[in-house]
Amino acid sequence: MMDDLFEIGGERLGSRLLTGTGKYGDDAVIPDVCVASGSEVITVALRRVDFQAATGNVMDHIPKHMRLLPNTSGARTADEAVRIARLARAMGCGNWIKIEVIADNNHLLPDGYATVRATEVLAAEGFVVLPYVNADLYVARDLASAGAAAVMPLGAPIGTNRGLQTREMIRILIEEIDLPIIVDAGLGRPSHACEAMEMGADAVLVNTAIATAADPVSMARAFGEAVRAGRRGFLAGAGLQRLKAEASSPLTGFLEG
Amino acid sequence: MMQVIINGKPEEISTGVTLLEVIETRKLDPTRVVAELNREVVPGERFANTVMNEGDSLELLQFVGGG
Repeated sequence: MMDDLFEIGGERLGSRLLTGTGKYGDDAVIPDVCVASGSEVITVALRRVDFQAATGNVMDHIPKHMRLLPNTSGARTADEAVRIARLARAMGCGNWIKIEVIADNNHLLPDGYATVRATEVLAAEGFVVLPYVNADLYVARDLASAGAAAVMPLGAPIGTNRGLQTREMIRILIEEIDLPIIVDAGLGRPSHACEAMEMGADAVLVNTAIATAADPVSMARAFGEAVRAGRRGFLAGAGLQRLKAEASSPLTGFLEG
Repeated sequence: MMQVIINGKPEEISTGVTLLEVIETRKLDPTRVVAELNREVVPGERFANTVMNEGDSLELLQFVGGG
């Protein structure tokens, strides 16, 4: 467990919990969330500056040691995702990018085809590309061919906190895809994250479930512990499931009545 | 004076103004803003010597909370 690091884009990470910065009631809690979660990677979004609303800057609350993972949220096409990625890199905060291409506002489901095209362009430009996609084997294979550094399948639609609704498809990705599988979106409880890790996911990304919890810092800690527990369980190798009971204690040597 | 578009809105600004001046008059920290002028990313070190021209379209963006 001590040396159980995982690697994205040549960078070794100790924590398998990635966190986000959206939806916090007060961004000032983010540093404590980072400590409690143990997370080393944190997502941000890119938006036009609003000259009217003099709001605080989220960057003031992100600890310096965190690896920034900007997303391309707001992109509806591959071209828009590429444009946002280039702008994000121009901020001087590294070359990691989470590709998010969403044209459907009802369900916020990602467009796999557009995501593959954006990944091709950006990987060729030297980005470390982490694409957010449906848990689809063919899309995942295309992403691997396109040069993605990981594949980030959704557990359930964004912000729903409904857990591993795509469990069977994620299981197939874990088996078949030779890239880190990071379950992103929809994980609502520590047990959901734990289950993803037990299944053999390499990491999970959690935002809404932590940010909207009554006590975000405590929830961040719970997710961190759940991810470690699930990972340890996976590495330990679970015993077989059986349909019929099998006694754990010997069935001989009973006391006679 | 000249007409430009900043973050989608038409504006009148003085002729010969640089990106750095546009950013600083809006009380923004130039190290925390990314600029796209006519769809081309302008690196921060060029803010001071990039002059805006009539009809230019400028986007100024920053990181915000997101997942």
